[in-house]
Amino acid sequence: MPIEVNGKSYETDEEGYLANLNEWNPEVGAAMAKADGCDLTDSHWEVINFLREYYEEYQIAPAVRVLTKAIGKKLGEDKGNSKYLYELFPYGPAKQACKYAGLPKPTGCV
Amino acid sequence: MAKFETPEVKEYLEIPKLQEGVMSHSSPFLSSDKFQEPLGFPGELVDNWQQVAIDKLGELLGKYRGLQVFMDSCVKCGACTDKCHYFLGTGDPRNMPVARQDLLRGVYRRYFTLPGKLFPKLVGATDLTEDVMNQWFSYFHQCSECRRCSVYCPYGIDTAEVTMAAREVMNAVGKGQKYSNEIIGKVYKIGNNLGLPQPALEDTLLGLEEDVKDATGVDVRYPLDEKGAEVLLVTPSADFFAEPHVDGLIGYGKVFHQSGISWTLSSYASEAANFGLFIGSYDNMKRIAMRIREAALDLGVKRIVFGECGHAWRVAYSFLNTLAGPFDFLDPRYPVPQHICEFTYDLIQRGALTLDKSANDHRVVTFHDSCNVARATRMGDMPGGQLTIPREVIKAVCNHYVDMAPETIGEATFCCGGGGGLLTDDLMELRVKGALPRMAALRHVTEEHGVTHLAAICAICKSQFSKILPYYGFEMNQIVSVHQLVSDAIVLGAKQ
Repeated sequence: MPIEVNGKSYETDEEGYLANLNEWNPEVGAAMAKADGCDLTDSHWEVINFLREYYEEYQIAPAVRVLTKAIGKKLGEDKGNSKYLYELFPYGPAKQACKYAGLPKPTGCV
Repeated sequence: MAKFETPEVKEYLEIPKLQEGVMSHSSPFLSSDKFQEPLGFPGELVDNWQQVAIDKLGELLGKYRGLQVFMDSCVKCGACTDKCHYFLGTGDPRNMPVARQDLLRGVYRRYFTLPGKLFPKLVGATDLTEDVMNQWFSYFHQCSECRRCSVYCPYGIDTAEVTMAAREVMNAVGKGQKYSNEIIGKVYKIGNNLGLPQPALEDTLLGLEEDVKDATGVDVRYPLDEKGAEVLLVTPSADFFAEPHVDGLIGYGKVFHQSGISWTLSSYASEAANFGLFIGSYDNMKRIAMRIREAALDLGVKRIVFGECGHAWRVAYSFLNTLAGPFDFLDPRYPVPQHICEFTYDLIQRGALTLDKSANDHRVVTFHDSCNVARATRMGDMPGGQLTIPREVIKAVCNHYVDMAPETIGEATFCCGGGGGLLTDDLMELRVKGALPRMAALRHVTEEHGVTHLAAICAICKSQFSKILPYYGFEMNQIVSVHQLVSDAIVLGAKQ
């Protein structure tokens, strides 16, 4: 089921993850979040931007621990934990934030 | 996702009121050609699928004598009916193990028995129609292959084998399950279920070394691809990625550190799990298992140790030698392979670890036996070691340990609700409902004995509980890794 953003159609998979990762742009991320009833704030974008940077380098989303550490370093100790990330992304930072960042869904026993 | 209600936890586990077809809508995502073909399966439903399916079933009946016996020997005694967590959680009579099996058995009778060929209606034989195939796809993905029902079957019918056969037939006609097949493809392409490439794995492990150094002041190593190490540790890739899995991995590293035994992970065999088991595919199971052998030879290790992963331990313990043996190049003085719990237990027995149990005094712990470990494997050299050794490890590091009710643990353990290739978001309703029996047992020890944490030795169980616990009013971080408890109690440095 493709999503429409600014008159352009973007192909997604069964769970709403972007089919073609190169097509991603911030408007698409925001539209995906909106469809889930979530308005992205600067705090969300901090996480999403980090995910994209990490993916660019390693071709995978960062492990939860890598993510919390990076966010902690950037935004302060009190935010470097999974509780903070779950407040931002209640369906789980790995899955929900990856979706808005245009990354593939982490698979496996996670 | 459709809305559904979390089942109510009552004081006693009740046999639910039957609601026919209430779960018939539950089906996983269909696999597409890009996930089917790398596994050697047709990309989409083949034109002559009925004939292909019947031929495949015939092939399996000839190849696996057990399957033939399981098809013939059920006497409909009903002993299994109330043993399945998915039946108890959903009330769908099709989830009584006998009824689910009969979806396959009816087709078997129609095409492979004389009475079924001549008088199908009299013997419950059914034509393989599109509707039947769709029911297979739904209900054979409502069995986690946990084999609890088999414990109670007077004929020893192994339900998991029936489910695996049905899934293998479905893959043969091009009707595969996305979750399992996509993951197996990632193992072939990248090396693990997650799709974690070597540089990311290396970065993650370096990060762990930093974290442990920060927390303890000690240089504990998490080595990758180090030739000449004594031990190759093969662990589920979730251990690198998710919580509380990674806390267990930190624990393994501390145990190796204290043991003085050199070890390494492998980026080539960076996955213990073997989803080939879940889809009943011997060929894929073998191909996945061979990677472990190749890594062990390449790195020149003397021992292979498996991390906390339930079905991985089953494949390792029961089939590794058949699939990827012989392992005559390993040190014969140690079990091939060995479980991390056996490894740690052995060190504890020899007094080689200094453990400060009080580090876990804020926890009252109970242990969830993972189905594949409890019912299909062993640890140590005595019967039931797979049940006692993990508990002995926990008790050596925790002052407060309580078991859940006996009919819910050990060989009678209830599945977490997400095993056997069902740990996927498209089956969330099933996963939540199937967790009911375990949640009821946990609730009981929480109320009676103040239990605060549920410990497990399986990546699937840990992920499933992190997700499911909140549905039942618990906190997601109440699930812990067994080696997380070890990690918190182990005193690093020279033995005092």
